[in-house]
Amino acid sequence: MGRAKLPRKSTNIDMTAMCDVAFLLLSFFILTTKFKPAEAIAVTTPNSVAAKIAESKDVVLITIDKDGKVFLSMDDESKKEVIANTLNTTRNLNLNVQAFKKAGFFGAPFSGLSAFLSIPEEARKGNSLTGIPSLDSTHNEIKEWMALVLSAYAGQKVNVQLKGDNASKYPAFKSVIDAFKKNDILKFQMITNPESVPTGTDLWKLGMKGEKRSD
Amino acid sequence: MAEMDTSSGGGHKKGPGVKKSKKLSTRVDLTPMVDLGFLLITFFIFTTTMSQPTAMKLYLPKDADKPEDQNKAKQSGVITILLGKDDNVFYYEGILDNTASNFKSSTFKEIRSVLLDKKSRTPEKDLVVVLKPSEECTYKNVVDILDEMTINVLKRYALVDITKDETQLVKLSETANAAAPVK
Repeated sequence: MGRAKLPRKSTNIDMTAMCDVAFLLLSFFILTTKFKPAEAIAVTTPNSVAAKIAESKDVVLITIDKDGKVFLSMDDESKKEVIANTLNTTRNLNLNVQAFKKAGFFGAPFSGLSAFLSIPEEARKGNSLTGIPSLDSTHNEIKEWMALVLSAYAGQKVNVQLKGDNASKYPAFKSVIDAFKKNDILKFQMITNPESVPTGTDLWKLGMKGEKRSD
Repeated sequence: MAEMDTSSGGGHKKGPGVKKSKKLSTRVDLTPMVDLGFLLITFFIFTTTMSQPTAMKLYLPKDADKPEDQNKAKQSGVITILLGKDDNVFYYEGILDNTASNFKSSTFKEIRSVLLDKKSRTPEKDLVVVLKPSEECTYKNVVDILDEMTINVLKRYALVDITKDETQLVKLSETANAAAPVK
């Protein structure tokens, strides 16, 4: 027998397949990444350890921006239609009901509402709008808005949420709370960014023991 | 690495008068391209936002028109926290003295130890925290202090209007704090 000749095999691995997979994954992410549309009202919400995810159905959202201006948005178009019709009959505002239904948010006093609706949607930015007047306790229009909302929902469950900016001052917040109290809305949610529970605190110990939080 | 074989096939026939052409290797190393590919994938994986905003529940007490309806809180179990401007926090236990000797100042970081201390000294059924934000404090201050209630598992607390005397006291203390910064 001669010397056993070990067949020498090539050790070059063909990496074409891996490259193909990499580009497939990349294309997938490029096509499915949706950039968040720049919000019309820029708000930086504070952080909190609250763990419940904010509801996204049947939501009435009050936004307070950094200057204390108040805006209101609703997601249910049929309820908006009811409100528009009520406003037209009781206050004679002559609102364009279709524009009202499509509006992303409302940020003007009742008297300026038609003018607000005539501004094109892209041009309605929080900086240029006055917001719903709230600071005068005699002239708190949010109270009337909430009354309209409640009557439009007619007893069905509505999730009232408040999204305030970090820098907004307390009086704006207080006026919104007063409007809620006057309408008997005693339970509402505040939108915050999630943060983890600091270690060593009582809440953290509850979590370690496996007990459920009460909030 | 993946290679592209682009070398020309076969040799040319050596014609008369033609210099012998050197066959150079045309192998292209594609390693950097794959590196770039992975970098881009990683970028898109990391910039995809998937976190949803969370909601903090707040319950408001009904405005009690008659004083008898208001919950009676034992004076020894009450701690009142006042929020001033520029992230100033003040607190006092029980009822404010005439001389305001029990009016103390603190910060958001220290208020947790103050609350824990009060919690350890007081029986749970007597412990009530009264939160009084002033006109100058920000929304962030209010949310932070409500967060502290949740973090320290303080179940009984109330968001209340600040009185005129307390507003005065807060303003005085703020100027005093600004003049002599606490270390």
